[in-house]
Amino acid sequence: MQKQHCIVEVKNVSHAYNKGQGSDIPVLDNINLTLYEDEIVCLLGRSGAGKSTLLRTISGLIQPTQGEITVQDTKMTGPREGLAMVFQNFALFPWLTVLENVELGLEAQFVAPDEKHRRALKAIDMIGLDGYENAYPRELSGGMQQRVGLARALVIKPFLLLMDEPFSALDVLTAEILRTDLMDLWTEGQLTIKSILMVTHNIEEAVLMADRILLFGSNPGHIIGEIHVPMTQPRNRLSPDFRALVDSIYEKLTSKEGQRSGKGSAFPGMGIGMVLTLISTNILQGFIETLATTYNGQTDLPTLSETLRIKDEDGGVLRTAETLQLFRFCELDGADVRLTNKGKEFAAGNIDERKKLFHDHLQTYIPLAARIRSVLDERQHHAAPMSRFRAEIEDYMPEESAEITMKTIITWARYAELFAYDEQTGKFYLES
Amino acid sequence: MHQPLIKLEATPITLLPSNLPKYALYTTLRMFAAILLSLFCTFTLATLAAKSKRAEKVIIPALDILQSVPVLGFLTFTVTFFMGLFPGNQAGVEIAAIFAIFTAQAWNMIFSFYQSLRTVPKNLREASAQFCQNGWQRFWRLEVPFAIPGLVWNTMMSMSGSWFFVVASEAISVGNTKISLPGIGSWLSTAINDKNLTAVGLAVLTMAIVILLYDQFIFRPIVAWSDKFNMGQTASQKKPESWVYDIMNRANILGFIGRFFDVFSNMLLSIKWPYKHNQPLSPVETYSNKLIDSLWLALLWGLLIGSILFLIDYFRAGGITIHTISHVFILGSITLFRVLLLVIIASLIWVPIGVYVGLRPKLVALVQPIAQFLAAFPANILFPFIVITIVYYKLNPDIWLSPLIILGTQWYIFFNVIAGVCVFPNDLKEAATIYNVRSYVWWRKVILPGIFPYYVTGALTAAGGSWNASIIAEVVSWGQTKLEAHGLGAYIANATTTGNMHQVLLGVAMMSLFIIVLNHLIWRPMYLYAARLTGLE
Repeated sequence: MQKQHCIVEVKNVSHAYNKGQGSDIPVLDNINLTLYEDEIVCLLGRSGAGKSTLLRTISGLIQPTQGEITVQDTKMTGPREGLAMVFQNFALFPWLTVLENVELGLEAQFVAPDEKHRRALKAIDMIGLDGYENAYPRELSGGMQQRVGLARALVIKPFLLLMDEPFSALDVLTAEILRTDLMDLWTEGQLTIKSILMVTHNIEEAVLMADRILLFGSNPGHIIGEIHVPMTQPRNRLSPDFRALVDSIYEKLTSKEGQRSGKGSAFPGMGIGMVLTLISTNILQGFIETLATTYNGQTDLPTLSETLRIKDEDGGVLRTAETLQLFRFCELDGADVRLTNKGKEFAAGNIDERKKLFHDHLQTYIPLAARIRSVLDERQHHAAPMSRFRAEIEDYMPEESAEITMKTIITWARYAELFAYDEQTGKFYLES
Repeated sequence: MHQPLIKLEATPITLLPSNLPKYALYTTLRMFAAILLSLFCTFTLATLAAKSKRAEKVIIPALDILQSVPVLGFLTFTVTFFMGLFPGNQAGVEIAAIFAIFTAQAWNMIFSFYQSLRTVPKNLREASAQFCQNGWQRFWRLEVPFAIPGLVWNTMMSMSGSWFFVVASEAISVGNTKISLPGIGSWLSTAINDKNLTAVGLAVLTMAIVILLYDQFIFRPIVAWSDKFNMGQTASQKKPESWVYDIMNRANILGFIGRFFDVFSNMLLSIKWPYKHNQPLSPVETYSNKLIDSLWLALLWGLLIGSILFLIDYFRAGGITIHTISHVFILGSITLFRVLLLVIIASLIWVPIGVYVGLRPKLVALVQPIAQFLAAFPANILFPFIVITIVYYKLNPDIWLSPLIILGTQWYIFFNVIAGVCVFPNDLKEAATIYNVRSYVWWRKVILPGIFPYYVTGALTAAGGSWNASIIAEVVSWGQTKLEAHGLGAYIANATTTGNMHQVLLGVAMMSLFIIVLNHLIWRPMYLYAARLTGLE
């Protein structure tokens, strides 16, 4: 491959969230990447791995604590013209019409009103929104709203388009249509864009769109590998090459290299500092049940993903599998997943037996749950404020993660009847 | 120096009905002048507080205290101050009155705007920064629109609350200085002096018409318009309606105004201010500013301690002893008792009625506007009717003057309860019916917890207003007859009449203290509890 003109260069970028006092929490660790002209690159990794943070450092929204980012030979010091971004939740201004939303970026560049109007209408036309110029975003469906987001990005004639999970808030069909439309515009050369950088956690989406995929590992975020996708557009999901690539990516993402700390654990942090993902006990049970009954206790994740269709906001298939692995109810091996003996026992059990198993495993394998329970056991009145444990784990993780981790522990402990929580008083206690 | 003031007194208010429209107009103009001033302060002070951490450290605590200070107590100081600025000129008195109304309006508006600026959704801020809007464009395109629904609502509440003060501030007497500005308030005080019941009735009627007009022609259209700035992405369940707005819309007046507005905003937004290069939203923090920050903080503390010392010295010079302070404290406790008792009584009356009304949509449509109207209506205009009754039957003022302090503010409880019942989820009502939850259990487990947050808002507003009202409700007169109840309000009122600044300041400070303590000990915990209860946290 010949050496092409380079659009973005990220050199040794690290970023940490400052928590005011105490230790900083690392999010990105020594990232190096280069984006060349005429390519679509996908940043692929699990949720919370720091992909979006990396995208925002490139866009100038976040200033990284270390390292340097150069875009078209100029060092980034803040947002600047020529870069456009499409947001996961659209980020449209609800009080502006479609037309006014699209004109927004032009207004910031002080484009004359007539010119502004003309260019905005052209972009609206190109993206298939004609007729909706005077509608307000709340009157549009999600798919149409993201079209407005795209039009708003394209109208400023950017050379670099940054996309932060642009299709993940849409239903499967709508996402597919919008993706195809964008790919058409790109391959037909209708755009001024020289390069696209997209963040996604959807493996198929990355394989469908990208020329190059950068695999992202977590805790803290770092690049674990690079995959060139040689297939020509449009790509066929059902072709054997496509399937093979998807499977191999699943394998790479679940492999132990993906994570830095904690003996190969998929969960950042150790001991009570482990960051948990809130996955409801219903989904955990549903996963085990499906795996046991439909697949006889063993299958691969892409297949299971098709059957279960666990929504991203509910954690996704991969995260659910990893959580169950943490509980020792199943084992992950590459893209394969199988139930352990305890997992099979769980699947066969009735409500009470399942609760008993969950209770035991929660206490044995989730250190934070064990810790809370032992504190409650020691105390005379068997009660302790949640804030105390929350403060403890906040030494190891950012506030948002601590909040989710606490919520997760409460949800699981309630199901397991390991301990109870009173929201009014903010206290954990043991039920007699 | 007193010359022109005497002249002012020489053109007295005449109780001619043909003068009333003129007086009503003057009163309304004063009100709008004050609201413009409030809006100006909102846009400047709140923006400053939201953008600068150093300014925030001064402005926010100051606002917290200022909104607890009884506005009518201010009057003495502002009148003296502004009359000193414009010696012997009506302008001084006029400005003092407007300033008094302003102090009743501004704080919650500033707070609301500040809160909105601080809570602009992150994704919109990112979009704004990404598309390189400068600070000026971001302010008008993002921050102001986002703040509009809250600001419109708070402006409306301020307007409603301050008719009371516009009436009270027109006829001012501080020590030996008596001033009557032409307006409904002065008409009323003249009518009371002359024991002219017909004139009082006319004032009530005029005020009712004025409030009805401003509500229909100004506020309803604005509320209907501001609906589009609500963040809810789905079309809102019930759009606010306004026939004036609809007519303007149909007659394409709005379109015309809109086009004018577009041209204007295009001009406004294309101003190229000399801005710094675009900044990242979350830059790496530098610690070089820390020294200046701590110096700033030290300066503020110095100022605070200095002013407390000054206050102590001032009280000592005015012959105020510990004994006086404890006496005033006892008076404060009496008024506190009065306020709390009346809020409880008003709740016992209006919560059941509010629930009854709220459950019947047809009745709501009928009653809700009336309750809002009554909340805006300056209750002090109605005082004479009650005073006459007390005088006639020789009732005990300590008891029978008390209802006056909640006369105007009880409606807040009523319409907030109605609003709470209206948004109470229908499926919960149905579930309660299906499971046959009735009578006591229904009140206790279903409806009261459901409307609690709304009730707290209403009760808080009612109590706050009542403290203020106590200053004019604990001392009242009819002709030469003067009735007085024991309490902090009466203490402040009497100190104002005799022109004893030391006592006024002590009374006002004591009342502010009571209100602040009450806010932190009762209302705030109740508010948090309510928020937790309904998961609105």
